Amino acid sequence: MEKLTKDDVHPKILEALLADSNITLEDALENEMILNMGPQHPATHGVLRLLLRLDGETVMGCVPELGYLHRGYEKLAENMNYYEFIPHTDRLDYLSPMSNNVAYALAVEKLVGIEAPPRAQYIRMIISELARVASHLVAIGSLAMDVGALTVFLWTLREREKILDIWDILCGARFTNSYTRIGGVANDAQPEALAKVKWFIDQYLPNLDECERLINTNRIFIERLDGVGVISADDAIDIGLTGPSLRGSGVEFDLRRAQPYLFYNEIDFKVVTYPDGDSLARYFVRADETRESIKIIRQALEKMPQGETLLNQPKKVLPKKTEIYSRMEELIHDFMIVNFGINPEPGEIYHAVESSKGELGFYLVSKGDGKPWKCKIRSPSFVNLQSVPQLVKGHMVSDVVAILGSLDPVMGEADK
Amino acid sequence: MGLEAKLNGNSFFTTTVDALTEWARKNSVWPMPMGISCCAIEMMASGDPKYDIARFGSEVMRFTPRQCDLMIVAGTVTYKMSHVVRKIYDQMPDPKWVIAMGACTSSGGMYRSYPVVQGIDQFLPVDIYLAGCPPRPDNLLNALIQIQEKIGRTKARDFQDKPLPRLTVVQPNGEFLQNN
Amino acid sequence: MASPKELLEQRLNEKFSGENFIFNEHRNELTVSLDKKNIIAVCKYLKEEPELAFRLCEDITAVDWATRKNRFSVVYHIYSLKMNFRLALKASVDEKDCNIDSVSSVWNTANWHERETFDMYGIHFNNHPDLRRMYMPEEFEYHPLRKDFPLMGIPGSLSLPKNKN
Ligand code: SF4
Repeated sequence: MEKLTKDDVHPKILEALLADSNITLEDALENEMILNMGPQHPATHGVLRLLLRLDGETVMGCVPELGYLHRGYEKLAENMNYYEFIPHTDRLDYLSPMSNNVAYALAVEKLVGIEAPPRAQYIRMIISELARVASHLVAIGSLAMDVGALTVFLWTLREREKILDIWDILCGARFTNSYTRIGGVANDAQPEALAKVKWFIDQYLPNLDECERLINTNRIFIERLDGVGVISADDAIDIGLTGPSLRGSGVEFDLRRAQPYLFYNEIDFKVVTYPDGDSLARYFVRADETRESIKIIRQALEKMPQGETLLNQPKKVLPKKTEIYSRMEELIHDFMIVNFGINPEPGEIYHAVESSKGELGFYLVSKGDGKPWKCKIRSPSFVNLQSVPQLVKGHMVSDVVAILGSLDPVMGEADK
Repeated sequence: MGLEAKLNGNSFFTTTVDALTEWARKNSVWPMPMGISCCAIEMMASGDPKYDIARFGSEVMRFTPRQCDLMIVAGTVTYKMSHVVRKIYDQMPDPKWVIAMGACTSSGGMYRSYPVVQGIDQFLPVDIYLAGCPPRPDNLLNALIQIQEKIGRTKARDFQDKPLPRLTVVQPNGEFLQNN
Repeated sequence: MASPKELLEQRLNEKFSGENFIFNEHRNELTVSLDKKNIIAVCKYLKEEPELAFRLCEDITAVDWATRKNRFSVVYHIYSLKMNFRLALKASVDEKDCNIDSVSSVWNTANWHERETFDMYGIHFNNHPDLRRMYMPEEFEYHPLRKDFPLMGIPGSLSLPKNKN
């Protein structure tokens, strides 16, 4: 291992790291230890870099350093029209791309003032919940892997593959789907896809139980998470945690319930909370949430009406490809939308959905052009990561990976 | 029952050093999973039971560069990250190969924007460019097979004139020892 | 019971009489524009008043209007768990006097949001505990989300590793 030198760490980061102590850099490098974790580290879930100040094995201070995956989404969004940005939203939270699409499409629809037909909304609901299951499965698996249980990871990945297969049938891509369109979805859900969804939800619960049996009775797993990284409800709200991480602290806040979008107000589901606020609670919330998701999907499948899946509003919504090729008017509308955009009236909106990591919001400002004047992505992972320094303080180095795993950050989203 | 059953007792077989090393090298390529973003998930998926990269002898994903001979760069490389990628590449022992997995790594892909390096070949030698956004796991396996073919064509003399890496060894008494 | 909007309007005008609040509604979303010198007082009040209780700060960002007199608007999205209501606060910042008070003393989470805004727009947040760049390398000189920054960046402003061999 190479010794960390001044060249590797920017002085400003060091300053932040040593801020609450009275030691100097040279001193810190001699007596205490500064440990660099990431950006290439298996347990940081991507390219997060943490600088840890250690006293023995205890973490005294921690400074996260982001930006290794900053891809300039917001700048890109300002330079393309609303439709073109849909594929980019896939790659934000690449563990649940479908629900990002939905979040973005809902935001644009709100800005334009249109609403997708009911069948499309139900399809969106089903795919967002599937995305949540897929994402939580990876979260559970990689958390277990981080604390040393490799088998669970393979088992949860196996379940996730089944969801990817469903998406494959639905839109032809395993992930990075771009299935949602503004004003609906790209194509109606095929009977085979729906049949596969039914098959999946029927066999999922026993399989989840099986995975849980592996770890819930495992003393190593429980003891490495129990009481590690505790955050109280008030602190959690103050630091801006949302999603499972917030509900693990006992706050019953879920945007699906608080500000229902799609048809969540017609669906019966429970907002899962656990009071402890530690890593174990966050894990339990995730596992139970997938059960609720299955419940939601089951109801949505029952309630789903027949009908259109794309809104018929030629000035705002791209017409179907078959119509473009056969009818003049649709061709003109298609040309206008592709070249000049959908020109929503000037104004600004913020729309947020409950994605698998927390509150995913889009703040869109329109000046009446085809391109958004400003598109800000409020990404849950970014905000959740902010709690890391608070959570890891006073714990052992090896707990850092458990805490990170329990927060389940995705760097594509955190760095934007 | 394999070859060894026939070659019992004092039997032997002859081969060339090249053939033997090639054979050993190409069937145990240890990848360094440089997972940066979305493509890393597909790289993970190629290790799962469905695609099972172990069939090609590459399931040993090592997170330390010093044990690897193939770097799979999976994900968008930004300027900030490029220094890290290069540093890790430099730490890998020779001979080493690189797969640029995905459109982003190969050419910047859909990110024509200020922080993204438009193709990692600007700072790394790349052996295989893998198309797709993301490439499906079967595609990655295909790239791996091609890398194996490429490894199969390398000869020991290809490395003959390469200077040895500069090593610095710290002696117990605190002195530095350098090999050249 | 009064709707959240009426309640807010009444409370804010009562508490900060003489200040100029502009209430604006677009697609059922309430935006309040205020003077930047009041930002901390208003935020503190909105958070601590038990009836309003905007305890969750969701997002802080800025908008670059490029040609307007006050070039930037800093936008705060805050949420009241009690009323289930989201409010946007907006304060204008001029390019010449490019700073605003930091609200990280009110909401802890504002810390990173403000760092990000500083990184992207170069708006300085006074009294911020740790105002560094969030995403871009420290050596980077520009602020990418400003409208005069080109999408492809400025050549040579970011370095690539040097080839050793
Ligand atoms: S090629 Fe596509 S999937 Fe791969 S990292 Fe780039 S954007 Fe993500």
